[in-house]
Amino acid sequence: MKEELMVSGKHIAEIYPVLHLWHWEISLYLFLGGLAGGILFFAAYFFIIGKEKEMSTTVKWATFIAPLALMIGLSSLLYDLHHKLYFWRLFTTVRFTSPMSWGAWTLLIIFPLSIIWVASFMKDMFPNWNWKWKYLNQFESFVIKYRLPFAWILMFLSIILAVYTGILLSAFNARPLWNVSILGPLFLVSGFSTGLATSMWLSKNDAERRILSRIDIFFILTELFLIIHLFMGFMAGTAVKLEAFRLFMGGSFTISFWIFVVLLGLIFPVTLEILELNGYHVPKWVPPLLILFGGLMFRFVMVDAGQITRFLY
Amino acid sequence: MAVDTKKCVGCADCVVACQTENNVPHGFCRDWIVENVKGTYPSLDMKFQSERCNQCENAPCVRCCPTGASHIVEGGIVLVTHDDCIGCGACVEACPYDARYIHPQGYVDKCTFCIQRVDKGQNPACVDVCPTYCLHFGDLDDPNSDVSKALKNRSWYVLAPEAGTEPQLYYLR
Repeated sequence: MKEELMVSGKHIAEIYPVLHLWHWEISLYLFLGGLAGGILFFAAYFFIIGKEKEMSTTVKWATFIAPLALMIGLSSLLYDLHHKLYFWRLFTTVRFTSPMSWGAWTLLIIFPLSIIWVASFMKDMFPNWNWKWKYLNQFESFVIKYRLPFAWILMFLSIILAVYTGILLSAFNARPLWNVSILGPLFLVSGFSTGLATSMWLSKNDAERRILSRIDIFFILTELFLIIHLFMGFMAGTAVKLEAFRLFMGGSFTISFWIFVVLLGLIFPVTLEILELNGYHVPKWVPPLLILFGGLMFRFVMVDAGQITRFLY
Repeated sequence: MAVDTKKCVGCADCVVACQTENNVPHGFCRDWIVENVKGTYPSLDMKFQSERCNQCENAPCVRCCPTGASHIVEGGIVLVTHDDCIGCGACVEACPYDARYIHPQGYVDKCTFCIQRVDKGQNPACVDVCPTYCLHFGDLDDPNSDVSKALKNRSWYVLAPEAGTEPQLYYLR
């Protein structure tokens, strides 16, 4: 008989018996950050390789969503802060050991850049558009002139933005589920896949959708591969990793993860995309919707489950 | 600080003293008692542990703080500057001991080893009220301090050393 009973006098609602401090605001933000990163990355990428005409939705129209997503994401982050009026303290210092610090700085740069990117295409998208103010017109021609280096900066920052959503979590050594180095790449791939799904959904051009779909299949398969790696790592891990593993293997996150994230959010849409590429008729909104749903669920599951796991002592 | 688990009776006087000294709001605590019972009746083994912030040398809360509000002062105590704290909760997530909480006023709060008393040369409130004298406090670099002497003569352990945080709260067994 190896019985052990532990009673703690720590009666803090958000912390004991399980930590539950970060709620939907963080999950939503991680989703929208990855989504915006994905949209901006592919917009910049297709612009750089000179496919602006062929991929007009990805390069121009879909980028409308990016600043919108960032705005909602940033609002939910601000809403989550408990000392809201002091948020500007983030920008009084740069702390490289804190992903939240350099993430905040990245956001401070990429958010206006994403607005400028969309704005520089306004006349392309709406021929009658007029900025009505001399300086705005001058600024627009400046941006259009230097759009290529601009696209490179945007591409670089969008990778940082999407990776950061994963590294933010993986930096917490106290939460064994999060503290895995693969989480950064996993969130990057997942974020890019949701970004592609958005462009795919908005695109009215079949050729463009086929190209996006092919890239998306690659990203989803990579994501599945990384998820398998993640769980192999947990399975071969120490007691705390095994506890994280059990949450997903019979524990309270089994259905939400394997059914909603992996099956409905990854395997099902990737199958539909492959079928569609092979000539079967699939309603065009179904795969993107499932991918976006899966991506959102993935963030909710990871944020909630990660806070349950802890060091055992 | 060192906690003598053989002397602690779990009276929670340290908890009450802390709440009074530091005006800890209702529903929160900076220190707490953990009661651990092992074995099968009638051969049971009970242990009490008075827990609080471990004032880690390699503090993950300080590492992940985006504004530098969490910092280590000379002497090794980990503190939070309230006016620099944005209440993001990163340090709460980062602490393997769950020793931090968000104060109702928005900033993050935790055990400070009663720095307001230590600065005056006094002991933290929990140490001074302990009826069994199970808490030993002092400068670990000073071989004649109460805590150094306690650690010299007894075997001890720290909580979750595998977290790599180099905790500075020792438990005498």
